[in-house]
Amino acid sequence: MTSARERILGQVRESLGRREGDGSAERAAARIAARAPNLVPARAQVPAAEQVELFLRLAAEVQVSHERVASPADVPVALARYLASHNLPTRVRRAPDPALDALPWASQPLLEVQAGKAEPDDAVSVTGAFAAIAETGTLMLLSGRDSPTTLNFLPETHVVVLRRSQVIGTLEDAWTKLRAHGEMPRTVNFITGPSRTGDIAQTLYVGAHGPRSLHVILIED
Amino acid sequence: MESTAHAFPANAARALTDADLQSALAQLQTGFPAKRAAAAARMPEFERLRDAARDIKDHTLAHLDHYLERYTRAVEASGGQVHWCATAEDARQAVLAICRNAGARTVTKGKSMVAEEIALNPYLAAAGITPVETDLGEYIIQLADEPPSHVIAPAMHKTKDQVSDLFLAHHAKLGKTRRLTEPPELIAEARDVLRERFIKADVGITGANMLIAETGTSIIVTNEGNGDLTQVLPKVHIVLATLEKLVPTLEDAATVLRVLARSGTGQEFSAYTTLSAGPRRPGDADGPVEYHVVLLDGGRSQMLAGEFRAMLRCIRCGACMNQCPVFAAVGGHAYGWVYVGPMGAVLTPLLAGVAEARHLPNASTFCGACESVCPMRIPLPALMRRLREAAFDAGLPPATERSGLALWAALARAPGLYRLGARIGARLLARLGGRAARLRRLPLARGWTGTRDLPAPEGDTFQDLWRERRRARP
Repeated sequence: MTSARERILGQVRESLGRREGDGSAERAAARIAARAPNLVPARAQVPAAEQVELFLRLAAEVQVSHERVASPADVPVALARYLASHNLPTRVRRAPDPALDALPWASQPLLEVQAGKAEPDDAVSVTGAFAAIAETGTLMLLSGRDSPTTLNFLPETHVVVLRRSQVIGTLEDAWTKLRAHGEMPRTVNFITGPSRTGDIAQTLYVGAHGPRSLHVILIED
Repeated sequence: MESTAHAFPANAARALTDADLQSALAQLQTGFPAKRAAAAARMPEFERLRDAARDIKDHTLAHLDHYLERYTRAVEASGGQVHWCATAEDARQAVLAICRNAGARTVTKGKSMVAEEIALNPYLAAAGITPVETDLGEYIIQLADEPPSHVIAPAMHKTKDQVSDLFLAHHAKLGKTRRLTEPPELIAEARDVLRERFIKADVGITGANMLIAETGTSIIVTNEGNGDLTQVLPKVHIVLATLEKLVPTLEDAATVLRVLARSGTGQEFSAYTTLSAGPRRPGDADGPVEYHVVLLDGGRSQMLAGEFRAMLRCIRCGACMNQCPVFAAVGGHAYGWVYVGPMGAVLTPLLAGVAEARHLPNASTFCGACESVCPMRIPLPALMRRLREAAFDAGLPPATERSGLALWAALARAPGLYRLGARIGARLLARLGGRAARLRRLPLARGWTGTRDLPAPEGDTFQDLWRERRRARP
């Protein structure tokens, strides 16, 4: 008995009128090998400084707030200020990311910072990002030992620490950077604003199953 | 789900008198189309992106055997497993086997049209496994025990009051006994109730907006984050997808993503676009330990053979139904199956059979609005016309309709007879119309005169006028 796979592929080949040596296998292989960009919108193909502004502007349109800080050392104080001004708890769960390990958390004794994946009762998470895409105001995060995916979805507030140099232009730039990074991670998250739904009475409300607030601390490196 | 597409005329008649539905449909028309138009206007390359997206899908479908094989190898290389399923029954069994193997009692589900197509929920429930829909719209209709009425807004037909009642009826046993009326409160309660389910679920099932052959990746596009919680928390992630979701490369996926949200909700990008490949990697702190793709054919491999291949370009954005005057009048449930609006009018006869769904290709004014906004440039009206022919060839329309068409065809092929008939008919109707030039009742045309007057012809026939004009301006 042939497998379901062989039967389905057989029907596909029959429907396509596939013949051995018709060059189709080579064309498919060549397309994958080439990884050629298709039409790339001009919007984000601008100098790096403009990409940063475009990212912040488009992110703001989808309710992402941000604060700029001069150096990594300023991140803990900026975080403490953000949490206080939004009446949020001072206990935060941060990604076990070496770049976050290195921040001077002790400078903010009121912050209770624990590293690890998100637990159901965590209200605030702090993560880094792999990149930020100017084209659509999108944050890009990869799963991995230093970036548990639950941090991006379980807590009500997600704070992303982003370096200016991580802002890129387009999705195509993102693929280039992803391939250079090495093996595909389990998950690549593109995050464009806090969670939202339009499922009640066709009206859009921010804050569904994922975070209700998304805040970027941008390090002007 | 069980199809009632054969009962489209009765379904539609009922929908026309449903006041709640009519107000929801009126709101739909003021919402999505304007948002789509604004998003398209903001992207100068939008029309060319549509061309590029169509070309990607055409290329992929023409090479689908190779991309399917490449995709399967890539999934396996990342530690996942592909389950090939020829029929809906095969797919249900594959999902159940994975759930049983995981000892699952409850499964959470992200939004999946394929799960609706194969009627997965009742099947799992009958096997003692509780499926929990987590997309807010899908959750609402699961509580109401109804099918979706729109591909991206499944509960668009439900009013806020109806949602309030449903939540009270189903959440009271969880200690939530206050009837909520404000949407933010309702959303917060659903978040609260579903949070527990997310955490306790043994298996998470999502659909896929695309499958990438290059990397063995599945993509989901959502706004709520429910799909992500569905796939990151349980120990098993099942992706339910069909053959035509393939695209070759990440670059190709980017192009499709650029037209998807803009065409559907009018967003630049949905809140969450998530790529998944395989189970969690060594050292990962979270993520599923098993990754399965249940890959359904369900008739697609046969659709590849002819002109209906174009329908396999569909990315389920919902733009066609948002623009359709027939959908705007009768809503999604009238179509009687999972796929609704213009895309459903083509897809349902192809998947559920022309005999079951012969009315659906007639549920069109042929205004062409659907094709004008379809990001994949699917010639929906032309495909509906072909399906009408297929229904006629199969002898499905009743005798009166067939003999009427035969009479028309005979007349149309005899110009002299046609002209004479048109003249006699026009004069007769003009006389019957009287001074008001309107007919309140007409035999054989009660479908028209039942709800409105028929304007009586005035003056000469079109052909006479045409000839006169040609003579005046040689």
